[in-house]
Formats: sequence, structure tokens, C-alpha cells
Amino acid sequence: HVDTAEVNPSHSNMSAPPHPQPPAKGASHAAGDFSYVGIDAILEQMRRKAMKQGFELNIMIVGQSGLGKSTLMNTLFKSKVSRKSVVSTPEERIPKTIEIKSISHDIEEKGVRMKLTVIDTPGFGDHINNENCWQPIMKFINDQYEQYLQEEINIDRKKRIPDSRVHCCMYFIPPTGHCLRPLDVEFMSRLSKVVNIVPVIAKADTLTLEERDFFKQTIREELRANGIDVYPQKEFDEDSDDRMINDKIREMIPFAVVGSNQEYQVNGKRLLGRKTKWGTIEVENIAHCEFAHLRDLLIRTHMQNIKDITSSIHYEVYRVRRLNETNGQPNAQPPNTLDSNIKYIMIHT
Amino acid sequence: RMHMTNYDNFLSLPLSLSRSLSLSLSRSLSLFLSLSQEKQYVGFATLPNQVHRKSVKKGFDFTLMVAGESGMGKSTLVNSLFLTDLYKDRKLLNAEERINQTVEIIKHTVDIEEKGVKLKLTIVDTPGFGDAVNNNECWKPITDYIDQQFEQYFRDESGLNRKNIQDNRVHCCLYFIPPFGHGLRPVDVEFMKALHEKVNVVPLIAKADCLTPNEIKKLKDRVREEIERFGIKVYQFPECDSDEDEEFKQLDKELKECCPLAVIGSNTVVEARGQRVRGRLYPWGIVEVENQSHCDFVKLRNMLIRSHMHDLKDVTCDVHYENYRAQCIQDMTSKLTQDNRMESPIPILPLSTPDVETDRLIKMKDEEVNCYVIMGNITYIG
Repeated sequence: HVDTAEVNPSHSNMSAPPHPQPPAKGASHAAGDFSYVGIDAILEQMRRKAMKQGFELNIMIVGQSGLGKSTLMNTLFKSKVSRKSVVSTPEERIPKTIEIKSISHDIEEKGVRMKLTVIDTPGFGDHINNENCWQPIMKFINDQYEQYLQEEINIDRKKRIPDSRVHCCMYFIPPTGHCLRPLDVEFMSRLSKVVNIVPVIAKADTLTLEERDFFKQTIREELRANGIDVYPQKEFDEDSDDRMINDKIREMIPFAVVGSNQEYQVNGKRLLGRKTKWGTIEVENIAHCEFAHLRDLLIRTHMQNIKDITSSIHYEVYRVRRLNETNGQPNAQPPNTLDSNIKYIMIHT
Repeated sequence: RMHMTNYDNFLSLPLSLSRSLSLSLSRSLSLFLSLSQEKQYVGFATLPNQVHRKSVKKGFDFTLMVAGESGMGKSTLVNSLFLTDLYKDRKLLNAEERINQTVEIIKHTVDIEEKGVKLKLTIVDTPGFGDAVNNNECWKPITDYIDQQFEQYFRDESGLNRKNIQDNRVHCCLYFIPPFGHGLRPVDVEFMKALHEKVNVVPLIAKADCLTPNEIKKLKDRVREEIERFGIKVYQFPECDSDEDEEFKQLDKELKECCPLAVIGSNTVVEARGQRVRGRLYPWGIVEVENQSHCDFVKLRNMLIRSHMHDLKDVTCDVHYENYRAQCIQDMTSKLTQDNRMESPIPILPLSTPDVETDRLIKMKDEEVNCYVIMGNITYIG
């Protein structure tokens, strides 16, 4: 049972936000700073607004059952956020068709509020015939884009359009140690075109370090050979700073992870881990597995970037495609009574 | 220590940049680093900082309009506010030349950088406003300009390539009320009413150094009362959150009570009380622009730049622009109707496969009115 003393998955009450700096220190500035206008204060204004509004994050997890997806989610967010925590029946059943299950939680840390939605896909890859098992997932992702688009073109639209778009799809690769399976390649090559894919090697505690490195290298080569662009995609690096940081990440992915909800005593400290007869695997120890790297990438450094790529690239691609589709309606031809004086009408071809 | 090495992989670059970052960014980096060392944190508290980083890279923009008769000190005030020299080569027209002058719209753009934060500031000047003998509807070029920026943004937003949309919408209009009269004049009222639903109007009492404190108070009270009486919707400062600290709440209260702000501008530096200050030198004393007991310049600067710039932009986007957009769609679709029945139009997207519901809607609309308006690739049926 994870000690969640610091993180409060709260519902209604919020701990007090960090002590805000009064943005206008007029008197104290006038004396010292003769040539100071104060435009950097806009950062503080933005931060306050962001803190008030809170953030949203939608993560989808895809992979065969038994790969530790739910456990990993719980480990990442240090609380019970996966669907397993909500469902009361402990028995595992494989659904007949792939289901898409969304669970949302409001979590909060140091005054920053986040609505986290974990989208689970039970049934993926579990059947005898897995053809087209990516279709329901693809449809779900596109449906979210469609929903956002409909709201965006609405005449009376909301101030802040609720964002249900999938920001990141974590794809769990079983730790075979050899190479990607056809299913992995099919799924990732299709979905990487519409969503940010973050592949992870699940249950990595069955691989030695050499096996792990070999496996990762093979996976990277196969991704390259199949033209699969996983996050962080090279073409979306904004500038040389980004490229340098992201190049380093691209040399490390896919991260080999181990998840756990249990704590053990190791060297006098309580750590998350998996206890075996031959030793205890420490989840957050980078010498044991790469969970910490995944967490840092996903949450601490690149979370906003993942959301930005979703909204400014993947969503825009969808939108352009939709707007370019020819209308199948015969009635859709504008009638001949158009007033030629009206200058507001623009037709894009 | 071991945790730190994780970050050396990803973030050794930003750490080296920290030397040139502003205080707030350095603070956020140290929050970030402290979080990285705290195992019990998930770490998404760094999200506001991640957003920060992006904004600092991109920079900000702000469009400020100034309106009022000639000689109200508008240019000087703008230069004082942003410490710029935007009107170097300006030629002032004489009375004769002004007889045939119409209201112009002139834009000045300047890039300001301070503590690593870049601001692209656009000042929209309105020379000629209120200067003619007959000033009927002299605000029309101004409202047209504001609408044009909205229209441009609407088009861009509805278009296919939205990567680099330029936002030229006017975020705030400073309106200069002369200090010589006894309150609002008819042209002041009409101007503000023509603009108050299109832009954030911030009325100012100009050249306040010709009034005594009592006279200022009387004038402010009078103007406030008239603004209310004529139903002019000037920019409202948002309410303070209950959890703000006392200092902030106090500042906010003082600001609200001081409106309309009485300002003086100056870019000349004089010596007063042993210090170099920006001010105006008179035989009877020196008026210090940044002295809060002399005028409200500091309050205006703080409000405009340091505390409410973001809110001004938000209200422009969320309220004024949205109103324009909704009205524009209504107008476009109702223009085409035979009679003036203004039904609420609906937006539809092109469909690759016929949709039963939309098909029915289109047939229904066809029977009543035959009008389609297409903005970008989005069709609005009315």
C-alpha cells in the first residue's frame, strides 16, 4: 500500500496554493530600477491563471493483459488511478471485443491541480485473431478530435473547450528480448500517425542488462526500418536546444520499466519494489530499471510538450483532413442567389 | 545525488541557461530540481514551469490603442509606460493642415526584452480623433479597424493552416479624457459607447498636473457617476480570489477606488530631492511621474503591464472576440435571407458519408431559406 501522504487525490478541497507574489511592487522598484518596465511579470500572471484553471492530461495504455499496465499507471501517479482500482471484481476476464475504458481522477500536488484521465484498452492483443484490433482505438482517438472540432466551430462555444483528446498512448511491449512482433509494428505504425506513442518494455525484470540493451537496440532499428515515429518525434523538435535534449531521449527509448504498488525495506529505507528470493528490485532505482526516466519524461519535463504536439500537430492534421473532405450532399451547392456584395464569404478549394 | 544524474541526461542544457533567466524562471527551476530530489512527489507540479518555458521561447504580444484629442499627452504617456521613443520622427500638423484631416489609424511596433522575456508591443494610434470641427462619428474608422482585426483573426482561425496566426486584435484602448472640463463630454460618451463592446476601454484623465488633488477627486467622482449613468461598460478588474494575500488585496482595492486613473507622462529626466526622476519642471515645483502622490501613473503601469496584461488579453479573446464571431455568423447568414427572420445558424462540417441527421437538417433549411455561408471550410446554414 503506497504511502501517499504527500499527494492528495482530492475531490473538493484543495490545499492552499503556494504563497503568491504580489505582482506589482511599484514602490520598491521605482527607487532601484530606473529602467524597468516590468513585462516579465506576465509570466507570473500566466502562472496564476494556470494554477487556477488546473491542467488536464489524458493517457491511453495499450498492451496485452498481464503486462502490468494498471500497476504502472498507479506507480507513475502514486495513487490508484487505473480502472482496476475502480472495478470491484478481482477476476481477470478478457472481453470479447476491445473495450475502451476511461477513468478520470482529480489529483493535486503543491497547489497544482490536474484532471488525469487514464484510458484503458482491455482486450487488445488478447484474442486468437487480433486483426484490426487497432480499429476501435483509432476510432476512439479520432472521435475525441471530432468532438473537439465540433465544439471549436460552434457558434456559441465554451471559453475553455474540454480537452478529451488523447495526449499520449503508452504501448506496452512484452519483454521477449528478441524483437517487435507483427502486432506491435502494425499498431504503432498506424497509430503513430495520429497520436504520440510512447513505447515501453513491460515487466523488464525478466531481462538482464545486456539482454535489455540488445532488445532496445533491436526495437529502435525496427521502428526506424518501418518508418514509425514515436515520441519525441524528430520532425517536431522546435530548436537546437530541444533537439539535443530529445536526441538523448531517442537514444534511450523504449524505457524498460517495472511497476509496483508495494514498499519494502531496503538499506533502512522504504522503497517501492518487487521482492524475490534473489533480491529486491527497486522501481525508482535507475540502476535497476528505467521507471524514473519514464516518469521524468512523461511528467516532469515533457508533459506540456506532449500536449502541445497533440493540439498543434495531430489535431490540426485531423482538422485539415476533415475540412477538406468533399461534401457528399447534392444540396450543398450554394444557391445562385448569392449576393455579390457580401465580402465575408470565402471559399477554400 | 543519484537522482540528479537523471536530469543531467535530459536537462543539462537548460541548467546552463539558468544564468540568463529571470528570477521567476530560476525560482521555477529550483522548484523543479527540489522536486526531482523528493521521491514522494509525482512531479507534475512542474507543469506551470513547463508552460513558462514555452512562453518564454515564443515571447508575448500586446496591442494597445490610444485615443483622444491631440495634445492630451498620449504619445508621451506611451513612451513613459514602455520606456520607448516611438514618435521620434513625428510631424505635428498645424491648424490649417488639420482642417482636412481625417481620423487615421497608425501602428507602431516595438520589440521589448526584459529579463529574458520578449514582448512584441503594438501601439495603435488614432491621430485626428476629435480634432475636427464636426466630429460626428469620428470613431467609425476606429471601430472599423477593431472589427477588421477580429475579422482577420476569424478567417485565420477558420482556415486550414493555423500554424502562425498573427494576433492583431486590440487588447486595450486607453481613452484620454481632457482634464479641463467638468466630466464627460458628449464625444467622450459616444466614443466609449461605440467601443465598449469591442475592446477593453480604460478611461484616463489626461494631463492631470493641471488639477489640484481636490479637483481631481471631484472630476473622478463625476466621471465615475457619468460612466454608470450612461451605461458605459469600461474594463472591469477581475475580483480578487479569497485566498490572495493581504497585500495583493489591498493593492487591488486601491486600484479599483482610483478609477478613472489620472495620469501624467514624461520622458525627460529632472533632478528632484537629490534623485534623478522622470518629471516635468515648473517654476513652482517638479511633478514626478512615478510619485504616487502626484498622479496615478504607477498604478496605470502596474495594472497594464505587471498585473492585468494577461487578463486584458483573455477578456479580448473570450468576450469581445467571441461576441464578434457569433454576431458575424448571425449577420452573414441573415444577410442572405429574404425576410429578416434571424434563425440561429448551425455550423456543419463536410461529410464524407451522408449523415442522416444533417441531411434532414439541410432539407429542412432548404425549405425555409436558401442560404449557406462558408468561412474557411466550415459551412454555416441559416
